[in-house]
Amino acid sequence: MTTPTIVLKLYVAGQTPRTRAALENLECVCKEALEDQCEIQVIDVLEHPQLAEDEKILATPTVIRELPPPLRRVIGDLSEKEKVLIGLDLVTKP
Amino acid sequence: MQDTGSVEKLRTFVPGLDHVAGGGIPAGRTTLVSGTAGSAKSTLAAQFLAGGIREAGEPGVFVTFEEPPADLRRNLISFGWDVARWENEDLWAFVDASPEPEDDAVEAGSYDMGALLARIRHAVERVGAKRVSIDSIGAVFTQFEDSATVRRELFRISAALKRMELTAILTSERSEEYGSISRYGVEEFVADNVIVLRNALALDRRRRTLEILKFRGTTHYKGEIPFTVVGERGVVVIPLSALELTHRSTSTRTPSGSPDLDTMCGGGFFRDSMILVSGATGTGKTLLATEFIEGGVEEDERCLLFGFEESPDQLRRNASGWGVDFASMEQDGLLRLECRYPETAGLEDHLIAIREAVEDFKPARVAVDSLSALERVSTERAFREFIIALTSFLKSQNVTGLFTATSPNLLGGSSVTEAHISTITDSIILLRYVESYGAIKRGLAVLKMRGSPHDHNIREFMIDGAGMHIGDSFQHVTGLLAGHPEYGAPNDSGAPGPRPTS
Repeated sequence: MTTPTIVLKLYVAGQTPRTRAALENLECVCKEALEDQCEIQVIDVLEHPQLAEDEKILATPTVIRELPPPLRRVIGDLSEKEKVLIGLDLVTKP
Repeated sequence: MQDTGSVEKLRTFVPGLDHVAGGGIPAGRTTLVSGTAGSAKSTLAAQFLAGGIREAGEPGVFVTFEEPPADLRRNLISFGWDVARWENEDLWAFVDASPEPEDDAVEAGSYDMGALLARIRHAVERVGAKRVSIDSIGAVFTQFEDSATVRRELFRISAALKRMELTAILTSERSEEYGSISRYGVEEFVADNVIVLRNALALDRRRRTLEILKFRGTTHYKGEIPFTVVGERGVVVIPLSALELTHRSTSTRTPSGSPDLDTMCGGGFFRDSMILVSGATGTGKTLLATEFIEGGVEEDERCLLFGFEESPDQLRRNASGWGVDFASMEQDGLLRLECRYPETAGLEDHLIAIREAVEDFKPARVAVDSLSALERVSTERAFREFIIALTSFLKSQNVTGLFTATSPNLLGGSSVTEAHISTITDSIILLRYVESYGAIKRGLAVLKMRGSPHDHNIREFMIDGAGMHIGDSFQHVTGLLAGHPEYGAPNDSGAPGPRPTS
């Protein structure tokens, strides 16, 4: 059994303190809970508004779990780590 | 109405709205359109864009928080707005912010609507939009838990729209027809311009009204103005005084269709005057309307008859009974009969149908038989507004109008219709039953004839196979109009007649 790669897309709006906080928090969650099994892609909606349109993103930051399916999405600066784990359904089973 | 303020207006191209709004909605600003469910907010928001595209070639962006674009395209095509085609031509762009049933985002920490703003900006730049509609902000609040954030972000979006010099319509829900403007207290950031749409129930019937609550620094009509939603056109606002009192009033006479009546009226009706014929059932109102049309056709004028009580066949049969051949007038293109059941639509819809028929047929004469049938289906106030709108429209079209009204009592009395509209019409003709020595006779009186002397006698008239014949005035009788005639002759040699009881 191989562990599936987790792909997380983080949609942000420019380089703001909230953007930086979200990225840091997400990296932290990945490290602590998922032992670096995940790949994080950052998409700036100011540069790629069409991608935000396609994904129907309203709020920033938004993180979408692309893989494994199904899609899950969490919004906010991800400061509430428990909610991030539940929202992305990434709770590791001991 | 002239705009005296400094704020520039942008025409909405919603029929009637620009007139009551003093030219349009404030340009480069956001206008809040607030209403309860089903009050046609979304239609108005879409129509604002459709009008811009069709009438001014101005592209628009529709931000939808409620219905998905696919549903909107399907709904809007019924108004004749081909959104899909406009999208292909880069005249219309959707920003789809409708909720996805399957994804329920978890909120973990603070956020903003940066992505939404970026998407709106992107769509605006892509099509070069001048107009933006956002429908509806109430739905944004249901998508997010943190309403303080949503409120702050909507404010930001509104400010950004203003910086981009866009004219925007923002719709919002109200929970009741008469209460706070909007449910989520969002009016504070667009409070400069507020339009309220109402859809109140009155006498088992929905009555739509639009009220411009405020427009910053500009003039506009006050109070509730009726509107309706019709296929192919969308929202149509019906301003009562769409036509200010500037109708040219002519002194040209036009025959009434009855030479006797012409004499009583001092030489015929005035062209573009409004005549009310009131009487109990069977007194000859429809006959008078028929003669009015015959008189027009004889002058080679086009005539339009709106029947709200009888079918075209019945009207033709009635007319032929009085020696008037409606069918051949119709064949000659001089007469059109439009018959509708009053109950099939609201008064506003009837008004629009009448207006369309008049604009299409361009008659010189219009007869409506009867107004009382229409009054049945509306409130007093709505009816009065309908009459004002109808008469001012007909006057603007230089049409001579004749309306019939039924009075409830067989003898004497006045009708409710009459009381409501008598001041609006130029001439009033009363038809009354008169009881006379055990027989029922008919009496006719010209009660009012604005701008002309007229016969003040109450005259007897007869109906036969050739129509109406007006005879002598009733002698030695008083109290005819009140329905309590008293007989007696000052110099009569014989005994006074028996005093009839009624």
